[in-house]
Amino acid sequence: MKLLTHNMLTSHVKGVTKGYPLLIKATEVKVNEVDFNPQFVSRMIPKLEWSALIQAADELGQRQDLPGELVPEYEKNEDFLKKVHRVLLEVEVIEGCLQCPESGREFPISKGIPNMLLNEDES
Amino acid sequence: MDCVVDSNVKVSRKSKEEKKVFKKQLKASHTLLRHEGISTASQPTKSLVVANGGLGNGVSREELSSVLKEMGEVEALVMPPHKPYAFVTYRSEESARKAHIHLNGQKLQSGENSVMLYLSYINSVSQEEEASVPLPDGLVLLEDFVSPEEEALLLAAIDWSSADNDVTAQKALKHRRVKHYGFEFRYDNNNVDKDKPLPAGLPVACLAVLQRCVSERHIDMMPDQLTVNQYESGQGIPPHVDTHSAFEDTIMSLSLGSKTVMDFRHPDGRCVPVVLPGRSLLVMKGESRYLWTHGITPRKFDMVPARDPQSPAQTATDPGTQSQLTLSKRGTRTSFTFRKIRHKPCRCAFPSACDSQGAPPAPSPPSPPALPSCHSDAARLEEEYVHRVYEAIAPHFSSTRHSPWPRVCHFLSSLPPGGVLADVGCGNGKYLAVNPEVTAVGCDRSAALVQICAERGFHAFVSDALNVPLRTASCDACISIAVIHHFSTEERRLEAVKELVRLLKPGGRALIYVWAFEQEYNKQKSKYLKDFKKEHHGKSSPTVNAPEESQEPHGKSPCHASTHSEESNEPTQDVHAAAGKLSVHTNRTAFNTQDLLVPWHLKAGKKQDGGESRDGEKKRERKEKSEETRGQTCSNDATLRSDSKTGPSLSSSSAVKSESENGAAPVFHRFYHVFQQGELEQLCGLVAGAKVQSSYHDQGNWCVVLEKH
Repeated sequence: MKLLTHNMLTSHVKGVTKGYPLLIKATEVKVNEVDFNPQFVSRMIPKLEWSALIQAADELGQRQDLPGELVPEYEKNEDFLKKVHRVLLEVEVIEGCLQCPESGREFPISKGIPNMLLNEDES
Repeated sequence: MDCVVDSNVKVSRKSKEEKKVFKKQLKASHTLLRHEGISTASQPTKSLVVANGGLGNGVSREELSSVLKEMGEVEALVMPPHKPYAFVTYRSEESARKAHIHLNGQKLQSGENSVMLYLSYINSVSQEEEASVPLPDGLVLLEDFVSPEEEALLLAAIDWSSADNDVTAQKALKHRRVKHYGFEFRYDNNNVDKDKPLPAGLPVACLAVLQRCVSERHIDMMPDQLTVNQYESGQGIPPHVDTHSAFEDTIMSLSLGSKTVMDFRHPDGRCVPVVLPGRSLLVMKGESRYLWTHGITPRKFDMVPARDPQSPAQTATDPGTQSQLTLSKRGTRTSFTFRKIRHKPCRCAFPSACDSQGAPPAPSPPSPPALPSCHSDAARLEEEYVHRVYEAIAPHFSSTRHSPWPRVCHFLSSLPPGGVLADVGCGNGKYLAVNPEVTAVGCDRSAALVQICAERGFHAFVSDALNVPLRTASCDACISIAVIHHFSTEERRLEAVKELVRLLKPGGRALIYVWAFEQEYNKQKSKYLKDFKKEHHGKSSPTVNAPEESQEPHGKSPCHASTHSEESNEPTQDVHAAAGKLSVHTNRTAFNTQDLLVPWHLKAGKKQDGGESRDGEKKRERKEKSEETRGQTCSNDATLRSDSKTGPSLSSSSAVKSESENGAAPVFHRFYHVFQQGELEQLCGLVAGAKVQSSYHDQGNWCVVLEKH
C-alpha cells in the first residue's frame, strides 16, 4: 500500500463517523524508486488530505522535512515535489495493518495489499 | 375490403376509429421491420413480408400458407425461425397485389389465438442458407419402424395404474410418467440393481418388435431392460448421458404418439436437434450414446421442417438448418427405451464421460441454489457463487481479461488530467493504466485478483462494492465494469450504484457496464454468441472487446459432464426441473432467464491456445505475467483440493465446482443477474443526486454514464 492509496482510504465500519485517517501499524516498509513526474505530483496535491499524508509519513518515519501546512506555489518547487513524490508513490507498506481511529478495528495489510472487507455485522 | 377471403380470416368493414388504429399499427410494423433490417418497397412487387405471420408468433406454416394460397399461386414461403414475420413470393405481381389488398390488416386465426397480419411489398427475399449439421456419429433414426397397429398394441400393454404407486419414481419425476420393466432404475444413484430383476420381464407385446431389431442388426443382444416414459405437451427431460456402467452400448428408443424434438449436444458445444416422429426408432450407439447428451426441452411447440405432402421421404432430421420450417404442436408422446444391462465395467473410448473409467457421476452444481429472498441469503449466495469462484479462478480469469474494451477506454481517456478514478471491481486491473494522466485506484472482492493488480504496480485494495472504504466525494470518476450483475437482489444492485455515486464529487461521472439479457441487439449478435461459432470451426477468438464473460475458446458445455440415465431428474439445465432453483446457463448461447449460474471451465494446464492473438505489447507483457502466476496458483489449488483436510471454506466451495471430464478441468458456477433493456437506466434513476447522462448497448452489455449533481 502506497500512501497515495492510504490518503484515499477511510474506515467504513458501521456507525463510525470519524474513520479518517486510518492509523498505520507497519511491520515491513519498502521504498521503491519510481520515475518522478513533477506535473503528475503537482496535479495530485490539491486532491490530497495534506494533514493525513503528513501524519502517515510521520508514522512511518518518512516525513523528511515536509511542512504541516501546504507551501504556496509548490508547483514550482521541484525539491518539495520530489519529497511529496517520495512519500506518495515510493514509500510502500508491505506488512502490517490499518486501524480505524474510532472503533479500533484493524484491517490487515499483507504483501502490500490492504484487506478492507468487513464482516456481515460490521457493514 | 369486405369480401370473404377465407374461413380463417375475419373480414369486416372498418370504422373510422379502427382505420386510425390500423394506420398506427401499420406504421409500427414498418418500424419493427426496419429494425430487423427489412426494407419495404413502395411499388408493388411479387414478394411481400407478412408481419405477425411468423413462427415466432405461433403461426404455423400450414395456417399461413392456406390463407396466402387463396390469393394466387405461391412460389415460395419463407418462415425464418423464431421471427414474428414471414416472406411470401407469388408467381405474379397481380396475386401479390391481391394479397396486399385482402390480407393486410386482417386477423388470422392461429390455434386459440388470432394475430393481425400486416403486409408490405419487398424487392427480394434473401434467404440465409445455413450449412446442414450431420447427425452425431452412431445415431440412426428409422422412421415408421412400427405400424399403427403395433403402436396401439404397445401402448395398451402399459398399465400406468401400478406405476403411480412407484414411490421412488414419483418422488423424483414431477414432469413425466415412467415405468420400468426387467430391472428397476434407481434415481438415487442413476443405476440399476443388477442382482434384482423385477418379477415381470419385458411386456410380451414388445417381443416381436425386439426380434425385428435383432434380426435387422440394430442391436446385437436382446435388451433386458425397458423404461417407458410418457410426456405430456410441455414436458421434457434434462440433457444427460445414460450411465455407462449400467447399460451396454446400444440404446434404442421407440417413439409412440406425438412427435417431438430431441436435442443432442456434444461437449464441444455442437447441438443437433433431431425430430422424432411417432412410430420411429432411434438407435444410439458409440459416440452418440457415450459422449453426446440427449434431452428434450420442455415446451409445447417444436420448430420442425415442413413436409411437402408430395415428397414424404424428405429427411426429418435437423430442423435448425431447414429453410422450410413450421411449428409442430406437441401432444402426448410415449417412449419405449430398450437397454441391455451391463455386467462388466464399461471400456468405451470416451473415458471423459465414463463412470467406469473414473469420470465423476454427478454434474454440477449438485444442487443449484434458489434465488435469495432476504439480505443474508443474498450475501451467502454471492459468497459461494461469486466471491469464492473468482478467488479460485483468478489466474485463469485474469489471463482471459487482457484487452480493455474500446468504449471503456474512450471514457477513461476523456477524463481530465490529474483526476482521481476509482475502479470498483477492478479485476486484474486492466483499466487502471489506460489513462496515465489520472490517479487510478482499484478494488476488488477477490484478493487473488487484487494480488495481480499489485504485482503490476497498481494502487489496489480488497473491498466489497457495497461498502467501499474511500472518502465520500473523493473521485472525479468511477467505473463499475461487469460487477453489478453479480448482486443477487435488486436492493443490493441499487446499493452498489448508490455507493458509486457516494464516491463521486459533484460533476463526477460513473461508467457502469452490466451483462445484457439481450445478446442480440439491432440484428447484431454479440461477440459472446458469435464466438460460439468460431469455437466450432476451431478458429481463434479475438478477445478485443469480448464481453466480460467471454470464455476461452473451446470452453466446454456443462451438460456433457452428466452421466445420468434418461430417468435422472438432475436439474442440470432444465429450468422447469426444479422450481425456484437457479438454472445453469449453456456458455455462448442466448439467455433464457435473467437470474442464472454461468459455468466457468477452469483450465488447469499452462497450455494456452491462440485465442489472444490480438494483444498489444503491453497486454502481452501482462498476459505473460499472469500466466506465470496462474501456474503457481493452479498448483496450489490442486494441492488444496487433493487435501482431504481442507478448511470449511474450501470444502464448501467445492459445492460450486465439479470436476468434469477426467477431473482435470473443474467447472465453477458464477451467479449472474443479466439486465434487460432499460433496467440499468431504471435502477440508476432510483439513485438520488445523480442522473443518467447517456446509455448504450456495447457487445452484449448494457452501459450507463451517470453524473452526480
